[in-house]
Amino acid sequence: MAKFKKERKGQEQINTSALPDIIFMLLFFFMVTTVLREQDILVEQKIPQSTQLQKLQNKTLISYIFIGKPKNTGLYGSEPRVQANDVLIGTGEIVQWVNQERDKLAEADRGSITISMKVDKDVKMGPISDVQTELRNADARKVLYASIGKIYED
Amino acid sequence: MARSKNRMSNEINAGSMADIAFLLLIFFLVTTTIASDKGILNFLPPKQDPNVPPPDIQKNERNIFNVLINANNDLLVEGEYRRKAEGLDEEFKAFILNFGAPDEEAAALFNSLPAELKAEAQKRSNSSDHPGEAVISIKTNRGTSYAVFLEVFDLAKKAYFEIYGKRVGLSAEEYRALTGDDEASKALQDKGKEGIPMAISIAEPDKIGGN
Repeated sequence: MAKFKKERKGQEQINTSALPDIIFMLLFFFMVTTVLREQDILVEQKIPQSTQLQKLQNKTLISYIFIGKPKNTGLYGSEPRVQANDVLIGTGEIVQWVNQERDKLAEADRGSITISMKVDKDVKMGPISDVQTELRNADARKVLYASIGKIYED
Repeated sequence: MARSKNRMSNEINAGSMADIAFLLLIFFLVTTTIASDKGILNFLPPKQDPNVPPPDIQKNERNIFNVLINANNDLLVEGEYRRKAEGLDEEFKAFILNFGAPDEEAAALFNSLPAELKAEAQKRSNSSDHPGEAVISIKTNRGTSYAVFLEVFDLAKKAYFEIYGKRVGLSAEEYRALTGDDEASKALQDKGKEGIPMAISIAEPDKIGGN
């Protein structure tokens, strides 16, 4: 009984020695699940929702193209534009861009390059079809329409 | 008293460790985005040679399921006007699995299907002959909203994935999650697809309502 009393007296503060471990665990979780933001997005991106999503296995094969209304309408106008890497490009430059992206890949993988099209909801089919025609010209025919899971409202 | 002080100085003070970890954590939280590489896969047709005229494909009208979406985002499904795309997936499924006039190969395919899918076959004469022939065609205007197009495309994919899934005894979600990396999942994938190609044609949009 005397022993028990003594122990209680010593434990007046909460033991925080495990706190760094918990924080480190959180840190590692975020480090593993995230990728570094590589580029500034210059166009609006409200990604549409759909149900039949598929995940790509090999992330190195994906190149991203962003289509949407420019955020800076004063500088770039209000018509939907195409962004590849860090700059807005015209549809005519897409073939060149695809070839550049393809050159970055290992030789064996060049045929299976995938273009992830991140298209804003409000874009019309016209610009998208122009981009797709250019992708066909560049022979990058595997396209992923980036999309997020549908949230049902009942 | 003196003894206990001495013991304290022997330990490294780890109190600020949490602060350091917090700082790192906040840094990563701010500088990163969660990768979202999910989406709907599509394979574009090969580039057309301007010197070679496009192949003239003779296909019976009944084997093509036409969906037109105009610049007002209204739909024309097999000649029938409608406002919303809802319920199209069931129609796609009924169309693909119609088995109106199966040839020998398709009859064998039909017999290999599970009972649940056999029950879907309506055998109407004005719908597709068999899944190998059936094509879903989606045509838009240049002014059609991308969101509506993607919704219809999504429903067409859903119809196919549900059929594939049912063939191998999985739900559509489970079938989609198959990676094809290992033997077992590859075999399941191939078994689901066999004889029922995913034929979704996306026509070049015509120049109405866009620029």
